[in-house]
Amino acid sequence: MRIIEKTQLMSTSEIDRTLQRLAHEIVEKSGGTKNLALIGIVRRGVPLAQRIAQAMRGIEGVDVPVGVLDITLYRDDLSKVAPQAVLRSSDIPFGVDNMNLVLVDDVLYTGRTIRAAMNGLFDLGRPKRVSLCVLIDRGHREMPIEAQYVGRNVQTSDTEIIEVRLREIDKEERVMLVDRVE
Amino acid sequence: MRTLSYRFRDLLALEPLTADELRFLLDQSKPFQEIQKHPLKKLATLRGKTVALAFFENSTRTRISFGTAAARLGADTMNLQAEASSIKKGETLLDTAFNLNAMRPDCLVMRHSASGAADYVARHLEIPVVNAGDGTHEHPSQGLLDALTIRDRLGTIENLNVTILGDILHSRVARSNIHLLGKFGCRFTLCGPSIWVPRELEKIAPGTPIRCVYRMEEALEGAHVILMLRVQTERLNDPPLSANDYILLYQLNAERLRRANREAIVLHPGPINRGIEITPEVADGPQSCVLEQVTNGVAVRMAILYLVIAGATESGTHPALEGKPKESANASD
Repeated sequence: MRIIEKTQLMSTSEIDRTLQRLAHEIVEKSGGTKNLALIGIVRRGVPLAQRIAQAMRGIEGVDVPVGVLDITLYRDDLSKVAPQAVLRSSDIPFGVDNMNLVLVDDVLYTGRTIRAAMNGLFDLGRPKRVSLCVLIDRGHREMPIEAQYVGRNVQTSDTEIIEVRLREIDKEERVMLVDRVE
Repeated sequence: MRTLSYRFRDLLALEPLTADELRFLLDQSKPFQEIQKHPLKKLATLRGKTVALAFFENSTRTRISFGTAAARLGADTMNLQAEASSIKKGETLLDTAFNLNAMRPDCLVMRHSASGAADYVARHLEIPVVNAGDGTHEHPSQGLLDALTIRDRLGTIENLNVTILGDILHSRVARSNIHLLGKFGCRFTLCGPSIWVPRELEKIAPGTPIRCVYRMEEALEGAHVILMLRVQTERLNDPPLSANDYILLYQLNAERLRRANREAIVLHPGPINRGIEITPEVADGPQSCVLEQVTNGVAVRMAILYLVIAGATESGTHPALEGKPKESANASD
């Protein structure tokens, strides 16, 4: 099986502009930043959440808290999970009770990651509201889950993969559509 | 890419594990330490899995700790306790293990008074076996929880002076600690009555500096970590040594503790004999870590159960130990 790169979906500057827009949308729909916090899902949701928080600082002049959530322990596919079984630390240094939380991830696909993330959050308390922000929504949902804040919708087939590369993790920055060919 | 072999099918001893593998086990315990602080401590990660706890030798703390770890991961447990079981009726160890296994658990945690018992059972079972203490050989989960406690308190487990006090000859806790910390450059001073601290112990971990010292004041000099062992009071008097003599020569009290490094910490695997091997002042003092050890024990055991059960479905190289774990961006979401 080979992986071929089909097309670039977003460049560095497009990612930056998209995150700026998402930050504006979240602040607008939340009516400000009161009780607002971002939760980045390990791994690529984390730098995205940090950058959205940075954009919010530019817009509102306040620091919105950012938490880190590793969902490995909340997955529903333990029997298949071994290749991903490496646990990373979660770090949510604030109480979640009555907070307006925005989960941040790179790609929304089946929705199972978000289901797991919500289980993880509710072990910490009772947030007032949980919404979802993703850079790419590629469809193919297996759960009744939708994102309130979407960077871009992309039509995909299920052999295709969205590759999000971020400078904090991958030393380059762009979003690609790749395909698996037999 | 550096590849290490996958060693966590079972967890039988720390001696064969490399420093990287041991560090990995400690790192994987961290997320479970956080879960101990959550208001809701129960996960569903191992829902539908069963952990068999077979304690052929008495244990309270370790059995409850493994049971709590299993419960917090969402697994069910089956319990076998020696005094209420068919072992008394003459069943062999292997027959007992086969019978437990026939009830289809996903993992067997066992303690036995014979060194090597867990290893022996593991060779005959398909399911992962976790050694919860075998004779005078090893107690891997205790060694790991001690190292985790030391790392949290002192910020490192590298190049420390570790003094172990008490009945070292019969101690599996001492052995697991030496085999783990020795791989991180720690130096050991063993101290206690000479019948419990024979010179041969200096050679149990080739490459690790170990010395036996018979004056406690000397043994404590410059120690960063003081590891107390329980004095098995039933063993006092066996070689003629009265409790009073032991207290006089080997009890850890505040005055003696001052000979150690100022930041030194005191560990004890429990149960403590207050007033025998340690004074209440030291056991309850700011340098004592005994209750942190107990809390960390649950986290370490959650990590062990998670790794052996979640890893049991996969063979070959554990990706966690490859140079860099592969991230499949969203192929499986």
